[in-house]
Amino acid sequence: MEKQWFTISVYSENNVGLLNRISGIFLKRHINIEGLNVSKSEIDDVSKFTIVVHTTEKWVHNIVGQIEKQIEVIKAFYHTDDETIYQESALFKIASSLLFDERQIQNIIKESNSQIVTVSRDFFVLAKSGRRSEINEMHDLLKPYGIMQFVRSGRISVSKEEMKISAMLEDFQE
Amino acid sequence: METVKERQTETKKETTMKISGAEAIIHCLLAEDVDLVYGYPGGAIMPVYDEFYKFQDKLTHILTRHEQGATHAAQGYARVSGRVGVAIATSGPGATNLVTGLADAQIDSTPMVCITGQVPRHLLGSDAFQETDIIGISTPVTKWNYQITEASEIPEIMAKAFYIAKSGRPGPVLIDITKNAQFEEFDFAYKKCKGVRSYNPIPKPNVGSLEAAAALINNAKKPFIVWGQGVILGQAEEELKAIIEKAGIPAAWTIMGESAIPTSHPLNVGMVGMHGNYGPNVLTNECDVLIAIGMRFDDRVTGKLDEYATQAKVIHFEIDPAEINKNVAADVAVLGNSKETLDLILPMLNHNKHEAWHNKFKEKYQIEFDAVIKNDIHPTKEKLTMGEVIEEINIASKNRAVIVTDVGQHQMIACRYAKFEQSKSNITSGGLGTMGFALPAAIGAKQGAMDREVVAIIGDGGYQMTIQELGVIFQHQIPVKIVVLNNDHLGMVRQWQELFFNKRYASTVMVNPDFVKIAEGYHIESKRVSERKDLKATIQEMIASDKPYFLEVKVEQEDNVFPMIPSGASVSEVRLK
Repeated sequence: MEKQWFTISVYSENNVGLLNRISGIFLKRHINIEGLNVSKSEIDDVSKFTIVVHTTEKWVHNIVGQIEKQIEVIKAFYHTDDETIYQESALFKIASSLLFDERQIQNIIKESNSQIVTVSRDFFVLAKSGRRSEINEMHDLLKPYGIMQFVRSGRISVSKEEMKISAMLEDFQE
Repeated sequence: METVKERQTETKKETTMKISGAEAIIHCLLAEDVDLVYGYPGGAIMPVYDEFYKFQDKLTHILTRHEQGATHAAQGYARVSGRVGVAIATSGPGATNLVTGLADAQIDSTPMVCITGQVPRHLLGSDAFQETDIIGISTPVTKWNYQITEASEIPEIMAKAFYIAKSGRPGPVLIDITKNAQFEEFDFAYKKCKGVRSYNPIPKPNVGSLEAAAALINNAKKPFIVWGQGVILGQAEEELKAIIEKAGIPAAWTIMGESAIPTSHPLNVGMVGMHGNYGPNVLTNECDVLIAIGMRFDDRVTGKLDEYATQAKVIHFEIDPAEINKNVAADVAVLGNSKETLDLILPMLNHNKHEAWHNKFKEKYQIEFDAVIKNDIHPTKEKLTMGEVIEEINIASKNRAVIVTDVGQHQMIACRYAKFEQSKSNITSGGLGTMGFALPAAIGAKQGAMDREVVAIIGDGGYQMTIQELGVIFQHQIPVKIVVLNNDHLGMVRQWQELFFNKRYASTVMVNPDFVKIAEGYHIESKRVSERKDLKATIQEMIASDKPYFLEVKVEQEDNVFPMIPSGASVSEVRLK
């Protein structure tokens, strides 16, 4: 079985220690987490983990089964890239002087569809959301001019198919 | 002293009445019908021990000699009784000493609640004396764990702990309680947990898959059942028997499933796996429908996965969805509690006999008998074999004993040759292979089934890993029978060295102490047998005794356990010598 990219979505209670419990499942199988984001979800009081892994379908199936088995996990899914809409976000901190000295920087900002978040005397910050490849491309373009700081978030994603979490929770209430 | 009920009513009436967190823990245990706990005190759990003192007429606390012993005793208790075992320890080393038992209970699906003391809330993270992150440490080996930092959390969390430990696929739960929460006073009221919204313990059986499974079984020419502990945990022994008998299906067991169906049952064809019986292993690769019930296709059962039952359609009855397609792909998966699913499928099955197929098992048994069993049970050589000791225990106990085994050669021999008439009778460390399990587990097993004979069978290696628990047996006069099969070696490792490491016997010779004297030191009646002529009478005497009894049997030092599927080989490649 070939390795590919999978996005694992986990709906869970928001409890201390659950991240440790979930990451331990990857650790036990010697599988690296390539991206991780934890946030609120569309349901009140329900958290959502978005985890990116590069592995085989056999392993992602195994992992999702083990994640879903955890008491505080409501439901876990896995999807291939084709089955989700996904993005990452990045911040670039760049010296303000470059904005005036290097005309090309302004073109990069325009063409990359990024936003200037803040400008101060010493630095300005660019925000860019999109696919990993777009962010990498922008990074490569800016790098020759000097990037003071760079950070990229974990993937966030929504699935094309419906995730019936609310219905599951309603079933429980009955 | 007032009863729990009175106290609870009182609590309801006078909502202003406050009790300490430590006392609340006792009331939670009593409300969950716990009357026996195993543990070891220490600084961070002392408020709870103070309550044990006050409640000693309602709740017995057994002081094990090591916290690991407390977990295995709780496991033994849980496995014979079907109830939740409880172990208690202090923070730091007390808590870390529970880890092996937790891991054992996790992999063998044993319901257990462990309670640990923790440093006070304000000291968490300060590297305080005996502070350890037991939540972090125990996470991978618990079904659930939780740290209580306020007394008011105690009733709900304790109720949840017991519910989670025993529901669905059972497992261990650890509750860590900071010392301030044990001292704090609060209004106590207890409500049993009926469900957790993010946890679905028993999946609903699907009619379609039951029908598909029934069709496969009804059309099978060579159906074969392999059952595991799921049958015992689901209390589905009668349902399984009914299916085997109606559909005429030969059935074998994993080590954890042993004793669910009597050994004497004509369709019980023995054990699968590395040291299982010849027929069930070889014929796994000849059956046309493999029906796995409450088992998880451990590698010690399947051998090489790529060559495991590839010719067969596989039906998997299982309570835990994560087990489906984990190791062996199922053509039909029947999710649910084994008692319920087996009961549902029974009327869908046709009456059948499969005589020719069943005869194949008998033929293979004869081959195994001639090559292995005969020499194990009725040896002609001078030195005693482990097998003949087990056979004498069968005879003396009339196949009615609970057999508790440790890990290694004696375990495989005991599981191969012990005979059982009653379920929940084979208590062993199956998944984790924990040496040192048997002696404390036997204490728990006896206390969980006082009306039953409990015989611990232990190797000389594993015995010395938890030998200190003889103190518990002596102090409480727990009438377990302890049989050490002494070959002065770590026998199983020695066997592997002989077969696979060109006889390089690294660190497997044991220079042992005088085990009889050690038992005598604990004032436990003890005997040593080295010759065949003394074996029968001594075992008879041991079983007849109503007191704790220690028996050391000096057995052949270099015997090997066969049949054997070498690690990584196919079940078809099972070796008889």
